[in-house]
Amino acid sequence: MKKLTALFLAGAMVIGLCACGSTSEDAAAETVAVEEVAEIAEEATLTDSTVEETENVDFSGVKAGFIFLHDENSTYDLNFINGAKEACDALGIEYVLKTNIPEGQECYDAACELADAGCNFVFADSFGHEDYMIEAAKEFPEVQFCHATGTKAHTEGLANYHNAFASIYEGRYLAGIAAGMKINEMIANGDITEDQAKIGYIGAYTYAEVISGYTSFFLGARSVCPSATMEVTFTGSWYDETAEKEAANNLIADGCILISQHADSMGAPTACETANVPDVSYNGSTASACPNTFIVSSRINWAPYFVYALTQTAEGEAIDTDWTGNIASESVALTELGSAAAAGTAEAIEAARAELEAGTLHVFDTATFTVDGETLTSYMADVDTDAEFTGDHEVIVDGYFDESGENFRSAPYFDLKIDGITLLDTAF
Amino acid sequence: MKKSNREPLFHIAKRGTLPYSKVWGIRVLAVILALLVCAVVTTILTGDNPIQVYGGIIQGAFGSSRKTWITFQNVAVLLIISLALTPAFRMRFWNIGGEGQILMGGLASAACMICLGDKLPNALVILLMFVTSLLAGAIWGLIPAFFKAKWNTNETLATLMMNYIAIQLVAYFTVVWEMPKGSGKIGIINQDSNAGWLPQIFGSKYLLTIFLALIVTLGVHIYLKYSKHGYEICVVGESEQTARYVGIKVEKVIIRTMLVSGALCGLAGLLLVGGINHTITTTITGGQGFTAVMVSWLAKFNPFTMILTSFLIIFLNRGASEISTTFGLNQSFADILTGIILFFIIGCEFFINYKIQFRKKSRKEEKKA
Repeated sequence: MKKLTALFLAGAMVIGLCACGSTSEDAAAETVAVEEVAEIAEEATLTDSTVEETENVDFSGVKAGFIFLHDENSTYDLNFINGAKEACDALGIEYVLKTNIPEGQECYDAACELADAGCNFVFADSFGHEDYMIEAAKEFPEVQFCHATGTKAHTEGLANYHNAFASIYEGRYLAGIAAGMKINEMIANGDITEDQAKIGYIGAYTYAEVISGYTSFFLGARSVCPSATMEVTFTGSWYDETAEKEAANNLIADGCILISQHADSMGAPTACETANVPDVSYNGSTASACPNTFIVSSRINWAPYFVYALTQTAEGEAIDTDWTGNIASESVALTELGSAAAAGTAEAIEAARAELEAGTLHVFDTATFTVDGETLTSYMADVDTDAEFTGDHEVIVDGYFDESGENFRSAPYFDLKIDGITLLDTAF
Repeated sequence: MKKSNREPLFHIAKRGTLPYSKVWGIRVLAVILALLVCAVVTTILTGDNPIQVYGGIIQGAFGSSRKTWITFQNVAVLLIISLALTPAFRMRFWNIGGEGQILMGGLASAACMICLGDKLPNALVILLMFVTSLLAGAIWGLIPAFFKAKWNTNETLATLMMNYIAIQLVAYFTVVWEMPKGSGKIGIINQDSNAGWLPQIFGSKYLLTIFLALIVTLGVHIYLKYSKHGYEICVVGESEQTARYVGIKVEKVIIRTMLVSGALCGLAGLLLVGGINHTITTTITGGQGFTAVMVSWLAKFNPFTMILTSFLIIFLNRGASEISTTFGLNQSFADILTGIILFFIIGCEFFINYKIQFRKKSRKEEKKA
């Protein structure tokens, strides 16, 4: 009997553990509200003119394969999946979607299997996929391998391996303006004083992609609300609903009056809704789950890139080693404003958008921020990733930090800690 | 109070040993039933043709020569982990710390690759990786075993908790070695120099793992069945008192067996890091330390049957991800199918060991009369 009990206990514990184990970082996002997902899917992204330009291209020889870290339950991956489907459907291309591919040898296997299956265009969506995509690219020189958010294409020297990103910092800057307008409204209403204008921000990791994101958001907010400050905390995971929720609650308890995030779960937005604190989300609208607190959300629209890269593949032309989408190419998009947005937000965003497009406004204008009290005149950024993380390119051009610049690389490299932003923890 | 005399509608009784043919008959029946239930669920929930879905599962495991190789490689890894747990299980020592022991083995090999990759000749690095990862796994197995032997602590809890320590250690070193800083990813280690990458044999990157798995299978079989150690493990498992009575040092057997168990898990970690992924993450084991518990149990701790059971799990797993791709179904649906099939397979073992006896009708009639 004792043995039986022991057996039973062991069994029960193991089953319990398997369940626990799968809730860790890589387990996907079952809890994202279905409405959110539907909402993102509805947003039209490709304009007719983009597709019309490809009218005379013969796509019959193209087969596209896509590799995603999670599936459509993750807002990050859903954003890619929608872009891929939309581009392929618009161009009439056969495609295969592989979801839930971890950032390990599985990615290499998946990429090779896609190539085996006749795909001549293979795309992967997660930062950690990069090394494995490079391995696959070495093995299949005739297949085009494209990777979002990666940093190594320009140093790897492979003709068939390419990086892509978008100047999402511009989108975040615009979202930051919406946040600043909201804070101004709160100050005008007497809800808070100017000194209390503290924003809270939840980031996943501490590298350039995230730093560039929160800094641009903050600069956007401060451009309309000069007294704004910001606190940033990190979760050490791209998807951890509990940690993100906890982080949001901590920031709110710490006196933050507006929250934004660069992590992929609904943790922060729902915490804000519960606490009735305005929120700027990422990757898509959270209006239906957070009707009272949602202001706006920025996201990268990947469909234009897919149309571009697939067209190049069909015509046998080279794909850019580093491709950076921007507002003008409609790669950077903002959602509709939520009910929590302040009056006049739409106009303010429109004005700044026009200036950004015209090139008269730069997000990282060195006149708008200081580092350790100093205005920046020169900065060597770590554009070529190496083990020592030494700076290798001068990125201050014409009085602004040239993020994702044409001569550098598509993935962000802005890793400065500017004044006004306090990092609460940098353990990751 | 007459009611209390009434026999329940049915009761469960232990079966005697069934003939071999009947046992396998029950198992085959269970698989067929499982497939039928899956078919019904598939048709109701998705409207897809279940036969095509089954075809998709086979495609996923054997659709191309690459897929076939990967399937066998994954079987080999799961098999090694299952075999690693088996000696401990035979001793009735519930080692559910496979995850941690694998991670520690993996961490040791990653450390060798990163710290020594460009300093020592490749052969020496690989040799060091072998030694250190087996040692690291063994130590991770030794700690709970020592406490069990010395103070009779609960090994289930101890091995379990050691998993979390290992995960946190790997998380810590991820931050130390991450590339670029702050990204939380180590990426492929020594991608250009391939230093510390386990060699390919006969020009195939999959064969080494498969080959090692076969050796370990044979080794564990011989160790358990023909060696004195194996006999001692058996006796301790059956009854510690008896073992003491016949002069077996129970503490020594527990510690020795867990050293073997942990070292073999360490070997799996070495293969995952040095041979397959060439990186280390906290999720590199993919829960296989736990899956292996099921594999080992399903095979009744028989190393050769474990080849079959680990194949079954991997086959379903690979097939599941394939059908989620080809039919545009969510991965969760594939997991549902796997769950149904495993439920039937595990459930049928119940019917092999027990029988259900219904209340006999004749009695009822007697009472009425």
